[in-house]
Amino acid sequence: MTAPALLTGTDDGDLPARGSSRAWKKLKRNRSALFGFVLVAFFVAIAVLAPILPIADPAATSWSAIRKPPSELYWLGSDEIGRDLLSRMIWGARASLLAGVVSVLLAVAVGVPFGLLSGYFGGWTDQIISRITDALLATPFLILAIALAAFLGPSLTNAMIAIGLSATPIFIRLTRGQVLSVKTEDYVEGARAIGLSDIAIMWRYILPNVFAPVLVQATLTVATAIIAEASLSFLGLGQQPPDPSWGSMLNVAKNFMTQAPWMAWWPGAAIFLVVLGFNLLGDGLRDALDPRES
Amino acid sequence: MSGERHDVILEARGLAKRFPVGWKLFGERQSVRAVDGVSLKVRRGETLAVVGESGCGKSTLARLLLRLIEPSEGEVFYGGRDIAALPKGEMRRLRKDLQFIFQDPFSSLNPRMSVGAIIGEPMRVHGLGDAAWCRAEVSRLLTRVGLRAEFADRYPHEFSGGQRQRIGIARALASGPKVLIGDEPVSALDVSIQAQVINLLEDLKQEYDLTLVLIAHDLAVIRHMSDRVAVMYLGEIVEQGETDAVYAAPRHPYTRALMQAIPIPSPRARKAAVQLAGDVPSPLAPPPGCRFHTRCPLADGRCSTVHPPLQEVEPGRHVACHHWQRMAAEGQAALIEPEASQAARHRLSLYRDRSERQQNSRPAT
Repeated sequence: MTAPALLTGTDDGDLPARGSSRAWKKLKRNRSALFGFVLVAFFVAIAVLAPILPIADPAATSWSAIRKPPSELYWLGSDEIGRDLLSRMIWGARASLLAGVVSVLLAVAVGVPFGLLSGYFGGWTDQIISRITDALLATPFLILAIALAAFLGPSLTNAMIAIGLSATPIFIRLTRGQVLSVKTEDYVEGARAIGLSDIAIMWRYILPNVFAPVLVQATLTVATAIIAEASLSFLGLGQQPPDPSWGSMLNVAKNFMTQAPWMAWWPGAAIFLVVLGFNLLGDGLRDALDPRES
Repeated sequence: MSGERHDVILEARGLAKRFPVGWKLFGERQSVRAVDGVSLKVRRGETLAVVGESGCGKSTLARLLLRLIEPSEGEVFYGGRDIAALPKGEMRRLRKDLQFIFQDPFSSLNPRMSVGAIIGEPMRVHGLGDAAWCRAEVSRLLTRVGLRAEFADRYPHEFSGGQRQRIGIARALASGPKVLIGDEPVSALDVSIQAQVINLLEDLKQEYDLTLVLIAHDLAVIRHMSDRVAVMYLGEIVEQGETDAVYAAPRHPYTRALMQAIPIPSPRARKAAVQLAGDVPSPLAPPPGCRFHTRCPLADGRCSTVHPPLQEVEPGRHVACHHWQRMAAEGQAALIEPEASQAARHRLSLYRDRSERQQNSRPAT
């Protein structure tokens, strides 16, 4: 176990620093990635600044303003019990972004290591991990999330955990497959030939070379997770009313599609833009981190 | 001289590797015997070449010698210790001394690491010096293998095959190894580049007191580089000896067929060649007796039943053939002339007549 300690201890001087600043420069040059970054940053800023923005109480109802279209008073209109859609959108960004990002981070954090172990060691380790993954994948994503959320109890945090765990098997499967193909490359054998430990090989050789597809999958799963949170909210398992989330707003809005279409526009557009932002950012990140792309 | 010659640095004893194939619920699984009972001594400071057709197990043998794959049977001795039985941690420390050069320079370098990190890694892993020392050493090695020191900041994809192979060699040298095993280190390169890389390896061998084990199928390259040669067929060593002696007078019919396959760029030097018929038999079910008997021109009844052991026929010369004495008597000159066809003889005579006429019509100089 001396090898990994040495690796982190002595590090490779200024070489990786140069490498990462190169990646950052590449990311900044990539216009679509920059656009994605701006989109994500915008929504994150809104979510963070919600408490100090001069907006109405998102839970305050008004019987005189039921399903009003966008106007000077209600910039984005109002919903079926007269709540201001703008402030609900802004407060909803918190729940939705958290649900999207945290659950995906959880799925990646659990799925990628298991996928690595399963693919790298093979044998019984692989058999056990893969069979459990198969079992989880056999259950529909949403059913699994609902079951887990129901088991954990209704709250936004539990919904995030439930969504994250439900999305995990995809990452295990994806990572395992990538590891299997990277593992046969000569440079992995070469890493063993110079005396690296298994942990160092996985960390320095396998992980960087399997990460691109995982990153893309993660940005796509953010969208799924936001929608899943909406479904859980709808069932009373996610964000608890009256606290808003984009998904639950969309769920309510679908009952009023003909009378108040704007109720669906905003959360729909917001989810679309956030997902687009994450996708563009993810693509840009993947290219920036690959030294082969100039 | 002779004392030094017998200083064995790396030795394989009865080394075997079986790869299981397929899956069976009952009974024994079939297995490919990639390497089957190979014993081999590598002397300090020499260049030993291992040759054979593709699929004969030479790459597997190379990996077994470095324990990049675990042997099914047998032992590998380095420095008096059986490295096949060493615990993992100790084996990793020992890898400082034993390094490997890969065949394919395009898949043997991590595309995510800069050249400097690739070459510097073995030094860091084995804790040879601090960061500044490593950087200086990387520059020195880069220059030594014929690349510019500034290349340390670049990534592998920016280089050509020959340059990448030089990077691979620099990495192999970085930990200060004593034995270098090359798995066809030049066969993936252009012919013009091959010579450069071969010369580089030879220079480095002198400079760093290396012992080289080269796996190859290019016999011309082997003759140029190696002191001794071991010929493999279907996972076994069939002949082993000093390169010049083996090339001059092969004692195994397979070796002879290999030697005759070397193209000689002169029509006068052409000799009747015993062409090997057919393919290498499947290593899933190697033929009984001598494994070569299915393709051997000398094979008789004994060859298909009795497996010939590898025996020392002269000092330093080992052959696994029932008919080695016949081979020795025949020498290389008396080969079985293949029956030329009627048409071929006719063409040859026409050609001879024409060349004679041309020769005669030319003004005497």
